[in-house]
Amino acid sequence: MDIQSFIQQLLNGISLGSLYALIAIGYTMVYGILRLINFAHGDVFMLGTYFAFYLVMIFMLPWWLSATLAIALSAIVGMLIDRVAYRPLRSAPRISALITAVGVSFFLENAGIVVLGARPKGFPRPEFMSHTYNLGGAYITGVSIWVPVISVILLLVLFYVIYRTKIGMAMRAVATDMETTRLMGVDLDRVISYTFAIGSALAAAGGIMWACKYPQINPLMGIFPGWKAFTAAVVGGIGNILGATIGGLVIGIIEIMIVAFFPALSGYKDAFVFVILIIFLLVKPTGILGETLKEKV
Amino acid sequence: MKREWRMPLTILSIAIFALFIWWAQNHLNAYYIRVLSTAAIYIVAAVAYNLINGVTGQFSLGPNGFMALGGFTVALLVLPVSQKQIVYFLQPLIWPFNSFSLPQSLFIVALLLAGIVAAIGGIIIGFPTLRLKGDYLAIATFGFGEIIFVLANNLISITNGALGIKGIPEYSTLMWTWGWAIFSIIVVSNLAKSSYGRAMKAIREDEIAAEAMGINVFFHKMLAFTVSAFFAGVAGGLLATLITTVSPSLFMFTMTFNLLIIIVLGGLGSITGSAITAVLFAFLQELLRTVEAPIQLGPIHLPGVAGMRMVVFSLLLILAMLFYRRGLFGRKELSWDLILSIFERKGEGVGTTWKKEKMKLS
Amino acid sequence: MEKGKNEAILTMNHVTVVFGGLTAVNDFCIDIQRGELVGLIGPNGAGKTTVFNAITGQYIPAKGEIFFEGREITGLKPDRITKYGIARTFQNVRLFSELSVLDNVLVSYHARIKSSFWEAIFHTPRYLREERTFYNGGMELLERVGLAEMAGETAGSLPYGQQRRLEIARALATGPRLLLLDEPAAGMNPEETRQLMDFIKRIRDEFGLTILLIEHDMKVVMGICERIRVLDYGISIAEGTPAEIQANPRVIEAYLGEEERENAEA
Repeated sequence: MDIQSFIQQLLNGISLGSLYALIAIGYTMVYGILRLINFAHGDVFMLGTYFAFYLVMIFMLPWWLSATLAIALSAIVGMLIDRVAYRPLRSAPRISALITAVGVSFFLENAGIVVLGARPKGFPRPEFMSHTYNLGGAYITGVSIWVPVISVILLLVLFYVIYRTKIGMAMRAVATDMETTRLMGVDLDRVISYTFAIGSALAAAGGIMWACKYPQINPLMGIFPGWKAFTAAVVGGIGNILGATIGGLVIGIIEIMIVAFFPALSGYKDAFVFVILIIFLLVKPTGILGETLKEKV
Repeated sequence: MKREWRMPLTILSIAIFALFIWWAQNHLNAYYIRVLSTAAIYIVAAVAYNLINGVTGQFSLGPNGFMALGGFTVALLVLPVSQKQIVYFLQPLIWPFNSFSLPQSLFIVALLLAGIVAAIGGIIIGFPTLRLKGDYLAIATFGFGEIIFVLANNLISITNGALGIKGIPEYSTLMWTWGWAIFSIIVVSNLAKSSYGRAMKAIREDEIAAEAMGINVFFHKMLAFTVSAFFAGVAGGLLATLITTVSPSLFMFTMTFNLLIIIVLGGLGSITGSAITAVLFAFLQELLRTVEAPIQLGPIHLPGVAGMRMVVFSLLLILAMLFYRRGLFGRKELSWDLILSIFERKGEGVGTTWKKEKMKLS
Repeated sequence: MEKGKNEAILTMNHVTVVFGGLTAVNDFCIDIQRGELVGLIGPNGAGKTTVFNAITGQYIPAKGEIFFEGREITGLKPDRITKYGIARTFQNVRLFSELSVLDNVLVSYHARIKSSFWEAIFHTPRYLREERTFYNGGMELLERVGLAEMAGETAGSLPYGQQRRLEIARALATGPRLLLLDEPAAGMNPEETRQLMDFIKRIRDEFGLTILLIEHDMKVVMGICERIRVLDYGISIAEGTPAEIQANPRVIEAYLGEEERENAEA
């Protein structure tokens, strides 16, 4: 493989990886606070793309406005899911919330099939995403450039929120010690709501860019990216936002490189993520950046 | 009620039930036989699933994957060689499966192998995940189901890819399916009631305390998970020989989802509860087929909506978790004592019975 | 090593436990003789429970070694350590709340089961015999601790004082020679506390136990312990008989310091 196509593939991997990273952050933030795998997260990612699709196709809104509104709507959906399905189960055994999360996920997927139709829809991607750029001999599509750029901007905004605002501080405090934080007068439910909103907004942003990269959307499109993103969160160290970002990039790059170097194995590309997960659980279950979560005895 | 009475009563009711099954096999039409068989297969899978999720409290999403392993194993073992040559026209079937097939008399061997293959799959998934505290089992088993789907689609020389395997002999009679259903209920509930089962329940209640009481947590989680995978594999094999075809899409996540509804509604941890809801679910699923069929209400024509059933089921699951978390049976088991306690006044506690027995001895 | 060989039932040599940069217990050494009843006291957050967790294998010490009956147990898994003969209770009661009182105790017998799970599934005579022995042992034990009447109740439905008692019974059922009690009197009224003190002394004699206990209630510690060790900020600051400890200026300072801290917070 020559250097040009290697760079091409690497950029491709980074752009796919940054999408996984955006989804993984939502998983990792919720897990860090509630110790809950939010199975419905991948479906919020799917809803984000449909919101954008309908806003562009039916309401004829300009592209940037549709995307912004779709992200906002997804954030609301995320908060609603928490409010309706998870909040009543906060003090229930953990397995109850997990089962409910699976139920919500399945509900969104099948309601999607009933309401939106099972047939894939072509996603109207904006011109700057589909344009092909010639960078020193390497031909690179807009997606491969803009997806990482937009992702980095979103991540910077996220880190600003987490480390420089009051609500971000509250989130970190709740993740470290929920009980103490509550005793200090922090409204837990509000903090958790914001966590769901931020995670869902990032997933929707990821979804819209995903649809620009693979412009076919369907109600089940969130399952695989969602599961891979969760794996990315585990690989990076569950509960750790920077870890989720790194994990996402690692998974994205590996996936693209496997297909590029071993085209015969491309049918199995989804299986490799599973192998990575199992290896990490065997060798380093705390992930790249994670610390051992010690349960208080 | 006297303890000596329970065993004969159980044996008697199983005998009566066996007579009913024998009658049903010979007198009911094919549709009802199929629904009854499906119910029995749901029992095998749900009872086993409840062992890991309800009794041991470890959240697995794996049954569809294990059922797939079992289903394909049985299909490869019992499909006649001539049929194999017809089915595998994309790529020839690999050796040794292309050169032999088990006769009907060895069906039990095929089913046991299906269970063993699935159990080995369970050990492979369980080993890295069950050592860890947390929900890694959930995410690994979910991935496992999806990966089996990917593999089944791609390993064409074994699974025939997306086309699946057709023409599997219809070996699963009511005797087979219900025989396994009853066997699985006995095995799993005996295990759950035993000292090993108590250790599993202790792990569900408090893993750290269980470990501090000398329970080898990893071993007991593995035991529950492997037994669970074994029966899931058998259920998959029974299903393959009931509907006579297997394909990757047969074992999608929907299968696990159905089982999850069954064990939640029956009461997480109640083996007999799962068995009863498994039967109810099989019939409910048939009833709800009408939801997806077009409906003619006088002059109004409502077109059938595909997927509506699963919407109903997922709402059912969410509502059950929010408002009816104990399910039909909670953690109780259906037993002769429970049935009789409905008629009699409240029985004596364990403590008083023990004292009486002790007095008798002295 | 030389310390591991003497008569002590438990020996801890220079044990240090660290949590991500924070030293919870520093260079902790202790020898406990067979049959002793030793108290471990100290202000909140002094690292007492961490010492327990290091002994029972919940935490792995960063440094140091722990011997039980001359055998090194440092870093072993908790269930192994329990099988060797150390049992414990927890500061915030950790019963199997949905299981019956009897089942809570029977769980502790399971580690000794000889029948395989096959025998358990198919109810072989050997398994049924073993189960019967466990059942009788469990009921016997419940009777000795005064909980036999409640055997069929759900553990979580017991009143608090009885839950604490059941936790001790559950620990006894593992057949320990060393029992670790983590604040057994917490949340009890004076009458319950008095009963508990008698109870602890009684089980020590009846079961031939060595007991190490953490307690905040000074009446309990001074009333039943023969020897007391004081921890502050993860470091041992004093050891002696109850009378010696009460007169020790460093101990008084540590406890006064805590009061001052609490006053400052209030």
